[in-house]
Amino acid sequence: MKKVRILGISAYFHDSAVALIEDGEIIYASQEERFSRIKHDSSFPKRALKNLLKFNNLKLNQIDHIVFFEKPFLKFERLVETYLAFAPKGFKQFLFSMPIWLKQKLFMKKEIIDELKKFEPKFEKKKLFFSEHHLSHAASAFYPSPFKKALIFTADGVGEWATTTVGIGSQNNINILKEINFPSSLGLLYSAFTYYIGFKVNSGEYKLMGLAPYGKPKYANLIKSKLLDLKDDGSFRLNQDYFDYSTGFKMTNEKFSNLFKNPPRKPESSFKEIHMDIAASIQDVIESIVLKILESLKKEYSIENLCLAGGVALNCVVNGLIQKKKIFKNVWIQPAAGDAGGSLGAALALWYMHLKKKRIINNNDSMKGAFIGPSFSNEDIKKNLDTLMVKYIKLEKKKLIKFVAKKISEGKIVGWFQNRMEFGPRALGARSIIADPRDKSMQKKLNLKIKFRESFRPFAPSVLQDQSNKWFNLDCNSPYMLIVSDLKKDKLVTIKKTKKTLSSINEIRSKVPSITHVNNSARVQTVNKSTNPLYYDLIKEFFKITKTPLLINTSFNIRGEPIVCTPEDAYRCFMGTNLDILVLENFIIEKNSQQNKIKINYKNKFSLD
Amino acid sequence: MIDFLKEFFTFLIQRKKFWLLPVIILLMIFGSLIVITHGTAIAPFIYTIF
Repeated sequence: MKKVRILGISAYFHDSAVALIEDGEIIYASQEERFSRIKHDSSFPKRALKNLLKFNNLKLNQIDHIVFFEKPFLKFERLVETYLAFAPKGFKQFLFSMPIWLKQKLFMKKEIIDELKKFEPKFEKKKLFFSEHHLSHAASAFYPSPFKKALIFTADGVGEWATTTVGIGSQNNINILKEINFPSSLGLLYSAFTYYIGFKVNSGEYKLMGLAPYGKPKYANLIKSKLLDLKDDGSFRLNQDYFDYSTGFKMTNEKFSNLFKNPPRKPESSFKEIHMDIAASIQDVIESIVLKILESLKKEYSIENLCLAGGVALNCVVNGLIQKKKIFKNVWIQPAAGDAGGSLGAALALWYMHLKKKRIINNNDSMKGAFIGPSFSNEDIKKNLDTLMVKYIKLEKKKLIKFVAKKISEGKIVGWFQNRMEFGPRALGARSIIADPRDKSMQKKLNLKIKFRESFRPFAPSVLQDQSNKWFNLDCNSPYMLIVSDLKKDKLVTIKKTKKTLSSINEIRSKVPSITHVNNSARVQTVNKSTNPLYYDLIKEFFKITKTPLLINTSFNIRGEPIVCTPEDAYRCFMGTNLDILVLENFIIEKNSQQNKIKINYKNKFSLD
Repeated sequence: MIDFLKEFFTFLIQRKKFWLLPVIILLMIFGSLIVITHGTAIAPFIYTIF
């Protein structure tokens, strides 16, 4: 019987992406940024769509339904009502945004149809549907989860109106029960502080999260009392007197700066103690709000499973606390929790809610480990390497694993490119840079010489799933690197208690110093053999050599660059950085044996994030 | 354009937001002026009458 294919699209705001499902099975998904090489690319995902069709050997007319992840009219309604509510304030923003809406965004349907017609001139517009932003997030969290019934919590900056929603997923249906609307938003609150601390909004939020452990939450009460009206059930309102995002071009205003007695930190300038304390404070506030909401929901609905999505679900520290507090028996988080994942959610929502198809629950990870992007064969890679006159060796997988594990144990840093690319912001062992976590200088080396990024930022470990509870206080799996957990006490090294500064990260505080953050935590990825066999075997081999069942795993890119997608991207990044070894499927390329050293000015190719 | 207008009115009916209609028409007129003028000659005039 012919399979029903649904294409999901997210675009025009940030992180545009495409996703394909066939009879409800997740087949393929990838972000446009990986192909266009523009971080957080928001344009129509034409390259990603082209690759989706090529990889799956399809033409657009073989796709039955196409669904966009949100509703532009609803968004326009929010925009108009916001301008009216704040008028005459916000006129400048109105002058700026209205032309964009009147030229393009209001006519999104036509724009999408025009783009699709470039792939299929006879594209029928009746095939095109529109989902709602937070329904797309909720669907991306619930349908791939292993739960028959679950509470669904989504939170991000803003969709159409909603910024936070609560729903119940049961079999093939999702019912959104409650929502908090713009301008009150957990995501925008966090982004406001991201801006204030000098990081890029919609991009630097995870840096704020990484900075938080250096500070003390001295300002948490101030934030709660001045910026928020927080109710007992966790619902909240933001005091717009302190924010500029509804009517202006900045996230915060002068009143906000006066509250903290400091102007916003200039990007790339040095950090003061207050910046770290503010980062710690907002992280503390977000944690307490989310926990309060979830505790109240658990009491109200007595459902034991929880699904999470939306940008706030990428806050791994919050996720770690949700696990630790055991508010819910089981938690499942969509790995592409941001807007890119909306493409997948929209497609799933159409299949189950509009077409009313029966849901078959897959207990073995229907996200397929998030390895649902493109892959490249050994033949393709060989052709490319030969054209570039690269010196390489080719090893069969068993020998390759032994070779690479040994090199890592000797301190080499490896670019690891295998199988299908990950969907979502994390590299999970398909497009990763891997190294030895025992090496005390590795954190500094990776940050400054490989990734060219800020020295305070920690690295994450990939640990064998069956060994994770021996190293971390983690009693669940974290295959998507979305949970922060503390290291076990017996893995820690006693250090003298001193005041935390940015250089504290260089102190040896555990047996694996390069993945241990200043508060003895790590963002853990548990690796299992079924979804990630080769990577699992590699860590196992490293375990054999070193008695340490974990590796440093950081995304295969430099600061500001999207994660590498193709072998060419990987080779360019390899040659432009201080990586020692590049592994492309079965091919091994060592830096010191290359004649053709194309030492390009790679570092400056990408604008800072 | 006709399709767009049809869909937009259906949207207003579904959302029961008829009161938005005159506001949107006004906004569209001013917005169109901005588009047409690219925020140059007429922009200061628009600002003063607001």
